[in-house]
Amino acid sequence: MASLITCPHCGTRPKEEFSIRGDATPVRPAPMAPDEAWNDYAHVRANPRGRIREHWQHVSGCRRWLVVERDNFTHEVFAVTDATESRGGAR
Amino acid sequence: MRYSALSIFKQALAGNLGWKPVWREPEPKPHYDVIIVGGGGHGLATAYYLAREFGIRNVAVVEKGYLGSGNVGRNTTIVRSNYMLPGNEPFYEFSLKLWEGLERELNYNVMLSQRGIISLYHNDSQRDHYTRRGNAMMMEGVAAEQLDRETLKRMLPFLNFDHARFPIVGGLLQRRAGTARHDAVAWGFARGADRLGVDLIQNCEVTGIRRENGLVTGVETTKGFIGCNRLALAAAGNTSRVGTMAGLKLPLESHVLQAFVTEGLKPCIDHVITYGAGHFYISQSDKGGLVFGAEIDGYSSYAQRGNLATAEHVMEEGVTMIPGLSRVRVLRSWGGVMDMSMDGSPIIDRTSIENLYLNCGWCYGGFKATPASGFCFAHLIARGESHHVARALRLDRFERGFPIDEAGAGTQPNLH
Repeated sequence: MASLITCPHCGTRPKEEFSIRGDATPVRPAPMAPDEAWNDYAHVRANPRGRIREHWQHVSGCRRWLVVERDNFTHEVFAVTDATESRGGAR
Repeated sequence: MRYSALSIFKQALAGNLGWKPVWREPEPKPHYDVIIVGGGGHGLATAYYLAREFGIRNVAVVEKGYLGSGNVGRNTTIVRSNYMLPGNEPFYEFSLKLWEGLERELNYNVMLSQRGIISLYHNDSQRDHYTRRGNAMMMEGVAAEQLDRETLKRMLPFLNFDHARFPIVGGLLQRRAGTARHDAVAWGFARGADRLGVDLIQNCEVTGIRRENGLVTGVETTKGFIGCNRLALAAAGNTSRVGTMAGLKLPLESHVLQAFVTEGLKPCIDHVITYGAGHFYISQSDKGGLVFGAEIDGYSSYAQRGNLATAEHVMEEGVTMIPGLSRVRVLRSWGGVMDMSMDGSPIIDRTSIENLYLNCGWCYGGFKATPASGFCFAHLIARGESHHVARALRLDRFERGFPIDEAGAGTQPNLH
């Protein structure tokens, strides 16, 4: 895991300032969507090896939700964006 | 060769030159009844029990590295059955019973040491919770004992009983729990399976799963195509990757868990001890090293290495529980890739593809389950129905609303 994460608001900060929620790919279905859609969202994960997008929160900094794009095998970090600006991120 | 005191004596007289490799290294045949993907503890145990208990001997285990190169050789070797929930406890007790006969069964020394596991608790509500867990165990016929503070002080005088925030109030003891020699378990099952005719094919990575008319017909590997009637996945942290080859999307996320071992010390920790104020567990190996670990790092990872912040956290927990640890030097640390399921419990089940079977989601508790996992998975493959102790470990339990959430943490893979 990379030791430093560049927060779009706070600059380069140690990883320990952030908390990691998990996969940012599943998109929350509509409230009355069928059970299968909710099951997919809540339980099923693609879990690829390689490039992934994750929800992180900068809890010891700006407290914003971020989307960190990184490699889960080499630990390389490609991009960190605010979740509201990230396509397919928090909605 | 059957191992015995006599065989050791004879070999010693002959200069120990007569020992043979304990398994063959066969080239894959074009077709098998059953192919098992993954030559770790669970895959090898499955192959062994398929051949031994269910009479299916035309079996291959394909492994991308060497046998036992994954989590079976990368854990803290704890064997126990002190679970609470009805879906789990009978399964793990079945496993512990198999452990107790494993050395005779395999004619192989897995160095099972039933030294007891003590789970410490630190306040009244945690005591109530552990009492409940002990009662749940006893309802399944598993002995559990509650130890008070004075008894613990006599047994484990080195613990930090009067910590200002996390004083030790008592503990829950399962005497039959303990440790085993992790590599030997893989080797013992491998030897047993090989002797029954199972082909163990190493350095053979599965690169694709061939399907026709909705059924699996075989696997593409780095050693070419191998056909099969039934395919069984026991690929642990890489289950999602292999599952994707068959179009499966699974309730799994891969995480890294670290473990540590110190320099060798004289015997000082006689049991397995777990800390209730964090998540820390420690025991002493037969070589004298203290073996310990804690929680997963908490982020998706396929790398067999963890990060230093977690290592520091683990050391802090250890020193909080046993202050004397601060003067011990850590020799090595390592990481394993865990197939974390959404509720922290495993899956042994069929899939949407009729002849594809799944064994996964062991989170970081797979080692103790090795014999029962193999037995129940073999039962499922051979008979087409779940073994009765593994009936709750279903793939569809999440969508049906029956998770087995031992920690009560919700369906979030990094919280178990």
